[in-house]
Amino acid sequence: MLIPHPLLGLRDAQEFTYLGDAALIDRPDPAAGEDAFCDYVFLRDNPAGVHRELWYHEQGDRSWLVVTRNTLTHEILGAELARDVALARREGRA
Amino acid sequence: MTRLSGGLIDRDRTIAFTFDGRAYRGHPGDTLASALLANGVRLVGRSFKYHRPRGIFAAGSEEPNALVELRDGARREPNTRATMAELFDGLTATSQNHVGPLNFDLLAVNDLLSPFFAAGFYYKTFMWPRAFWEKLYEPAIRRAAGLGRLAEAADPDAYDKGFLHCDLLVIGAGAAGLAAALTAGRAGARVVLADEDFRLGGRLLAESDLLDDAPAVDWVAAAEAELRAMPNVRVLARTTVFGVFDHGVYGAVERVADHLPDPGQGVRQTLWRITARRAVLAAGATERHIPFANNDRPGVMLAGAMRAYANRWAAAPGTGGPVTVFTNGDDGHRTALDLAARGVPVAAVIDTRADAVAQGDYRLIAGGMVSDSKGRLGLTSVEVTANGRREWINCAALGVSGGWNPNVHLASHHRGRPVWDAGSNAFLPGAGGPVGLVPAGACVGQGSTAQALADGARKAAETLADLGIAAGQPDLPKAEDRSTAAAAFWHVPGRKRAWVDHQNDVTVKDIALSHQENMRSVEHLKRWTTLGMATDQGKTSNVTALAVMAELTGKGIAETGTTIYRPPYTGVSLGVLGGGDSGAHFRPRRLTPTHHWAAAQSAVFVEVGQWMRAQYFPQPGETHWRQSVDREALAVRAGVGLCDVTTLGKIDVQGADAGEFLNRIYANMIATLKVGMTRYGLMLREDGTAYDDGTCARLAEDHFIVTTTTANAGPVFRNMEFARQCLWPELDVQLISTTDAWAQIAVAGPKSRALLDRIVDGFDLSNAAFPFMACASLTVCGGLRARLFRISFSGELAYEIAVPARYGHALMARLMEAGADLGVTPYGTETLAVLRIEKGHAAGAELNGQTTATMLGLGRMVSARKDSIGAVMSRRAGLAEDRRRLVGLVPVDPAQKVVAGAHLFTEGAAQDTANDHGWVTSACFSPHLGHSIGLGFLEDGDQRLGEVIVAANPVEGQSVRLRVASAHFVDPEGGRQRD
Repeated sequence: MLIPHPLLGLRDAQEFTYLGDAALIDRPDPAAGEDAFCDYVFLRDNPAGVHRELWYHEQGDRSWLVVTRNTLTHEILGAELARDVALARREGRA
Repeated sequence: MTRLSGGLIDRDRTIAFTFDGRAYRGHPGDTLASALLANGVRLVGRSFKYHRPRGIFAAGSEEPNALVELRDGARREPNTRATMAELFDGLTATSQNHVGPLNFDLLAVNDLLSPFFAAGFYYKTFMWPRAFWEKLYEPAIRRAAGLGRLAEAADPDAYDKGFLHCDLLVIGAGAAGLAAALTAGRAGARVVLADEDFRLGGRLLAESDLLDDAPAVDWVAAAEAELRAMPNVRVLARTTVFGVFDHGVYGAVERVADHLPDPGQGVRQTLWRITARRAVLAAGATERHIPFANNDRPGVMLAGAMRAYANRWAAAPGTGGPVTVFTNGDDGHRTALDLAARGVPVAAVIDTRADAVAQGDYRLIAGGMVSDSKGRLGLTSVEVTANGRREWINCAALGVSGGWNPNVHLASHHRGRPVWDAGSNAFLPGAGGPVGLVPAGACVGQGSTAQALADGARKAAETLADLGIAAGQPDLPKAEDRSTAAAAFWHVPGRKRAWVDHQNDVTVKDIALSHQENMRSVEHLKRWTTLGMATDQGKTSNVTALAVMAELTGKGIAETGTTIYRPPYTGVSLGVLGGGDSGAHFRPRRLTPTHHWAAAQSAVFVEVGQWMRAQYFPQPGETHWRQSVDREALAVRAGVGLCDVTTLGKIDVQGADAGEFLNRIYANMIATLKVGMTRYGLMLREDGTAYDDGTCARLAEDHFIVTTTTANAGPVFRNMEFARQCLWPELDVQLISTTDAWAQIAVAGPKSRALLDRIVDGFDLSNAAFPFMACASLTVCGGLRARLFRISFSGELAYEIAVPARYGHALMARLMEAGADLGVTPYGTETLAVLRIEKGHAAGAELNGQTTATMLGLGRMVSARKDSIGAVMSRRAGLAEDRRRLVGLVPVDPAQKVVAGAHLFTEGAAQDTANDHGWVTSACFSPHLGHSIGLGFLEDGDQRLGEVIVAANPVEGQSVRLRVASAHFVDPEGGRQRD
């Protein structure tokens, strides 16, 4: 697989470490309590179809990426810096 | 000899080879199969299940029968297709799958027992008693049914991996592939052309047809010369593209030196990972056969293969005797014509079509079929049934032509399902195949030479247009344009066994039985009969089997459907998949900065992940590791010792928010740490479990150095980057791993201060100026920049000193020299472990991913005044209620040993899960105390000091009585490290 790194262009998937569901970016507020953290830690979506997921360019520039991938076809529909995604969510929330 | 005239072999040179110990001769250009045929050898092996005599059936990679063990000794390679083995001088091959000589296989008795070995035999028979499976059935079946034998020595050859990038990958260098490559190459596109054969040309080499009134090989040679001269084209012969992977990545194996007696200094095979923007699949087609009774005898082969042997390799099928051809289309007639032209007597052509017309001077039996054969070890005659009459015709070989199956394999690798084309009676590539892969030529039903050439050129141009590359159409040579269609005649009816899958011994009767037993889906049929599951993956049998099944169900072939293909197209050796990553190169080996120094001191090394660390330093006269370790440990506690601790992960954390960031990473408070001080830190996983520990030193307001355990250096850094980029991107903080940048040496023991005093550049090491847990940047040895941390893993007065990695060796040597009169002693990881167990410090065995801060006795470190990773979840009831605590363990009888892994029970209690009170995590002999000690987690351990419990080790059948003690065996008050 090839991943379109937003800064470095197409990079081989072997350079990356896979983490999974990009929902991990949305860490609950510590005041949200144990139930919210249980969901965050243990529950993941694993859709057959379009999925947003976290990849880490460990053998590269150490960027965490949010990659949008169709898990049925492995088609990659986009890749963003996870930092940008996280910052955009902050703004949306504020 | 049954060598004909002509052919693409080099008769000026002769090659000697042996088969089953007998010497034969061939020529460059031969395969093992063609050379055997040219030497009149028909019997080459035994079948998998029934041990039936078998001969060469095909002329390419689809060969189901002629599997041999190639070479001997460490290079012996079983199940090698004789049709793909290029002849070389000194080649040795051995037939396989028989007990006793090939022509008298003792296991041929299986053939007489065949009524018992029908479809599903194993499933039905070896069911019970269950205990018999492992001891009796499986070994016996494996011995009887195994194919070739593996070499028992390690593979002596080197393998490699390579990467290629191109605009267009052309798979197959037959008519369509060459036309595609020429079109793309001339347009300036970057092209890779790969073919599994050692000679480009595909079927053009096997046919007698002319191109532009000249032999086809002339056009092939010109095309090859032109392609090889283009700098933008890479031609890979002997290269099988075995799979299509995601995003235009193709896997290919180049057999670089399989055709040489010995690869010498070169590699045997190369695994190519080809990233192609587009690909043209010009994989051609594979001929199918028509099952009839006893159709598996040596001498019965595919008619197209027979033609290939005669035209390309000048080898007559059979032993020079007359040949018959059995066909359901015009293609079989081409074989008869070519053989006759080369002087091979053609006894008859049997065509299933009643309206068939002879195309030359041979006997034609129209509307007939071959209904049986004779010849125990090789064909002697065939029975022909036509117009209600039966006739036996003597012949040494029979060519069977049942039409051609497009090689759709790669087009179905991404679940592209082939579709049945009733017009050509064949499966063609369907929709949903790999993106960017365009089939052309015979593999999409464009099977005549003219069609293949035109289709290859056209598809290449269309594909390149997609990429914005304009390509003109090449002048294509005038070529034959005959129909390759065959009648829908799938098998000859009859009661005797008619083989569909030769390699796995699956007959028409097996398919019928499977159907009778309600295995109606093609997937069930495949698994119940094992059809298509042999090393050839059913290349010559799958479609025929589906047709037979369709006939039995009364459904059409389209409705019956087909199984699809997965990589690899043909077998790929594990050696080439490993490439160079084997033995010492299996993974990177990391050496510490003092490695060569330690090696010069005769250190014994141990692998710690990728690192090689000094385990202990044996001295003259020490014959057991314990002698060395006891000496080293006592020397540290009495004087001073040195240990390379570079492998611990080091992460440099800088930025205005570095303190706040680390507060959220560590469970304990870091932001309050004073500049110039170090703090022990504990990290949790987000689920609340203890994760990793280390130290955190503050060199400046905005500059920290975090250390991690050796094992977690990578993962902790990854998690910190995750936190920095994904969780708290608003914080001003930067991270970099400096594990490899700084050499770090632990200087431990009561004389450590005295030793360091001799190398620092006027730095005040007094307890007042540089107390326990202090840290500083300084210079040593007259100007070398260094970092000093007063931290202790051993419990003694101790420091860790870091210098740029390239000075690690020199620093170690200088410390040894400077401390000679202090008795300075180097120590390794074994002593490091003894010292920390004596001190009761947790390490990997305690931080094993199942334990909590509270269990470790560090519960109060988890700050409730701030958020940090894992803080919320660490307070959930399931973890908070765990009552196991870290304790020290001492044998009641000092002569006995504490064994790590043993489980702890109350004395007298039944030793079962319900009564399990914990386990021993670490244990060692303590030279300081003079007996064995251990650490472990024990239920309510903090309240059971002094109690005698039992450590059970049922694996080794021991129970040892242990007394519960403080985990701090040495200096529990901590005075030694503080003062």
